[in-house]
Parts: sequence; C-alpha cells; structure tokens
Amino acid sequence: MNTNISRGRLNAKKIAPPGLSLLALILLSLLPIFVTDYTIIKINSIISFVIIAVSWSIFSGPTGYISLSTAAFYGLGMYASAILGNHLPLPLVMVISGIASFIIALIIGVITLRLRGVYFTIFTFGLVELLRNLILWLEIKFSGTRGRFVPSVDFQQVFYCILGTLAIILLISYLIKRSRFGLALIGIGESEDAAAHIGINTTLVKVLGFSISSFAVGAVGAAMATRTNYIDPGIAFNMLMSFMPVLMAIFGGMSTIPGPIIGAAVFAYLEELLITKVPEYFMIIFGAIMIIAILFLPNGLTGIAGKLFKRRKGAGKNANT
Amino acid sequence: MPILEIENLNCFYGNVQVLWDVSLKVEKSEIVALLGANGAGKSTLLNTIVGLVPPKSGSIRFMGEDIVNLSGSEIIERGISYLPEGGRLFPDMTIRENLELGAYPMKYWKSRKATLDMVFDMFPILKERQKQLARTLSGGEKQMLAMGRGLMSNPSLCLLDELSYGLSPLMASEVFDIVKKLREQGITVLLVEQNVRQTLEIADRAYVLENGRICLEGECCELIENDFIKTAYMGM
Repeated sequence: MNTNISRGRLNAKKIAPPGLSLLALILLSLLPIFVTDYTIIKINSIISFVIIAVSWSIFSGPTGYISLSTAAFYGLGMYASAILGNHLPLPLVMVISGIASFIIALIIGVITLRLRGVYFTIFTFGLVELLRNLILWLEIKFSGTRGRFVPSVDFQQVFYCILGTLAIILLISYLIKRSRFGLALIGIGESEDAAAHIGINTTLVKVLGFSISSFAVGAVGAAMATRTNYIDPGIAFNMLMSFMPVLMAIFGGMSTIPGPIIGAAVFAYLEELLITKVPEYFMIIFGAIMIIAILFLPNGLTGIAGKLFKRRKGAGKNANT
Repeated sequence: MPILEIENLNCFYGNVQVLWDVSLKVEKSEIVALLGANGAGKSTLLNTIVGLVPPKSGSIRFMGEDIVNLSGSEIIERGISYLPEGGRLFPDMTIRENLELGAYPMKYWKSRKATLDMVFDMFPILKERQKQLARTLSGGEKQMLAMGRGLMSNPSLCLLDELSYGLSPLMASEVFDIVKKLREQGITVLLVEQNVRQTLEIADRAYVLENGRICLEGECCELIENDFIKTAYMGM
C-alpha cells in the first residue's frame, strides 16, 4: 500500500528537515565574504522572491484560497520605505511595514474571507488596483506629486535584513505546518463544511492565516524598495508581483515548505538568466516553461523529487504494509 | 433533567418554512431516533442544534442551558458532537490527522493523545491504518473514521446523520452495534435514519418527522408494531 506516502506534505519532513534549512541560512549569511557585490544584489532579489512565495503558500497552499494581493502589501512596504526611510533605520522600517501589512490584511480578511473560492481571488485582485488608485489620488491631492524618492541603503545591510526575514518566515511556516492551526488550514482546504462541523471557527482561522501570510511581504517590499531610487503607484503596485508567488509555488509544489522555496529560487534565477541572455524571447520561454509545469508537474518540482524518493523506497514500504 | 430539550422550534430557508413547532426531548444515556422520509427536515433539525442553521423561533436547551445563540465551535466545546451525512471526512488527510482535527477545540486538543488511544481501542482498524489517507478507506471504514472523529471531542451527546447510508447490510449492522457501544460508554445518541427497522431495534424512543412536523413519537418497542410506521416506512 503506497497511498500513505503519496502526498508531498509527508515527504517534506524527509526532504528538508529544519536543521538543514538552518545550516543553509548560516552558509548564506557568510556569503558576502566570498562573492561579488553584483551577486549579492542578485541574491537579494532571489531571497525576496523566496520569502514572498513561502508567505503566499502559508495561507493559499493549504486552504486553496488563491490570493492575488501580494502586490498590495509589497507596494505598501515600498511606500513605507519611501516615507520613513529618511528618519528610521531599515530594520525598523521593515518591522513597521510588516505590522501595518498584518493589520491591513486582518481588516481585509474580516471583510472578504466570508467569501468563498473565486470571489476571494477576484477581490484580492481588485484590492491592488484600489490601493494603486487611492495612493495616486492621495499623492496628487496632498503632496502634489506622482512619485517619491526612496532613500538608498547599503545592499549588504539589505541582504542581512532580508535574510533575517527569511529565517523568521521559514520558522513560522514550519511551526504552523506542525500545529493545530496548520491542521485546521488544511482541513478548510479539504472541506470547509466539514471543518465547520467539527467546531473550527473557519472565518477566524482564514483571517489569521491570511494576515500571517501578508506581514513578511510588507517587510520585504520595504527592503527591496531601497534598490529602486524612485517609486510611483504604478511601480509599487505592479500586478506582476501578485502573480509571481502563485506561479512560483505552482512551479515548486504548493503543499510542501521546500516547494515554494525551490520554485521561487529556480524561477527568480531563470528570470535573471533569460532577461540578460535572450531579452526578446524571455516572456515566450518563460510562458512555455509555465505551461509545461502546470500540465506535467501537478505537484511541482518537489512532486518529482517525492516520486523519485517513493520509487526508491517503494519496495521496502510495500513489504511493511 | 433531559440532556437535550427542544421546544417549538421553527426554521426557515429563506421564505420556506422547513421545521414547524418541533419539540423533542432526549434523556441522558438514551438512544433516540429521528425518522422520516427525504426532505422531512431531519438534517435541518440536526444542523439547527449545532448552530449551523439559525432558528426563527423556539428554544434549544443542552444540559439546561440555552444554546440557540452560540456559535458552532462553542456548541461543540460544550459536548455536542455532530456527524454529518456521509461523514464529511478530509479525504486527502491521513486517518490520524482526521482524528486529531476532531479534537480541535482547545479544551480537547491538550488531551488528544489519551482520547486517540480510546478511539483506537474502539476501532482497531483505524489504528492499523492511521497513516493512510482517508479517501483510501472503504465505505464502512470511512463511517468508523467519522464516528471516531466525532468521539475525539469527548461528547456527551452525539448527533448521527444517516449512519448506514450507502453501506452493505453487514456493515450497517456493525455500525449499529457501535451505536450501542456508545451508549455503554455513557454517550447519549440522537440518530437520524432511513433504515427504520434496524433503528427501531436499537433505539429506545423515536420521533417521526413528516413535512417538518413531528407526527408521531413513542417507545420503539411500541412503534415497531404501529400500523402507520409499518405501511409508510417498512412497506408492509
């Protein structure tokens, strides 16, 4: 009977035990000693995508509520950086931005998460547009400009700030996965009615899950804004940021912790590579890879890894059961 | 004092009245059956008790306290466990995870290991297969998992909806045996069923619901001889 290991979530424990991720984080933190500045900047962007993809899959992975609101919180983070960056150090700006994102997500969650399925997705899609237009209107009305300058920060400092955020979000993701709360999120994804029947306050669990998956996005937005000198609502609230984590998580495999990490890393690296090597065909190649991934890798890259793992171990398992 | 007491309950779906002045009582350690045809309002009544359908008027008292305005999770925390029709399992979660989620309310979560052992004692097959996904179980095993999950919240009252639905006669008898076992453990059972004969054999009392009204009630040993029951539900 091999059905008991058919799901990626169970393989996660074997593929990436927490000790391994800790080791990887320590190795990463030593990186600036060995590599060039340009590499650090590239790695910053890869890590930020990893954080965003992991954040996204904390909520949307188990529940299946596809959120397209990432760009909203990322954009808010960018604005936090532009407004506060001159007065406060970056880590503090990131904390404030993270808390603000959490609270806003809480409010949005209370309003929208009684909606089920596709209506939630449509609302989150609209939210990005709403914020973009709201901030554009506020800027023109009150500050009389379209855009703002973002104070730049040393990229090594950005690197460590982002790495810290990565450590936090990985820890949270790992703890949730093993907790009562994480079980409830999966239960909601499996059958929301059944979850309600056994006494799970589904709205509360969904709202909290959504908020937890939003705060790190705000923090990363604040850090990454320091790389671009100038932002305006169009740059900050870029819809692409909402689609990226979805694609990355699908590409890597949604239901595991390593899935979105691997997906985001491969994706972000691929993007850098293609955009420098073949800028004209970048989107075509990218799109083709995505279609292939959706058609042939239902559980993403980690799904393949899980299958290989199962095949090797398969004989032994069969003998046991 | 009855463990569950419902008085003059009226329920609507939109403008359509589904329950009309329903009153019933369940005493401690009884098995009470709720019989009736499709669409009679049996499941609605259970859904109302656990707070999923708000009643328009009437009262529901559990252990003497009014529970009409409590949320579903609060009602379950007080000791009512509801097994919806078809079990409503989490198909892509393991059996163990399904059971653990049954102990979701904080009060029961802490003692879930002990409860789990008790449930495994009652359903040894679940212990054997605890790492298997719920959807790989047979119909009868699924029903046992659903019952096991219901017991994870240490209920004093179990609401069971269509336990025997879709089961082979052999499996159905086994499930009915388990209902009797529940009573031995001091759990009160309110049972919704279409399998009238077998239900009347194991239950103490029964209510018959027709078009949202209670049209007949009594001891099961009397009802089994009742002419109306015989013609309407047993085809005799």
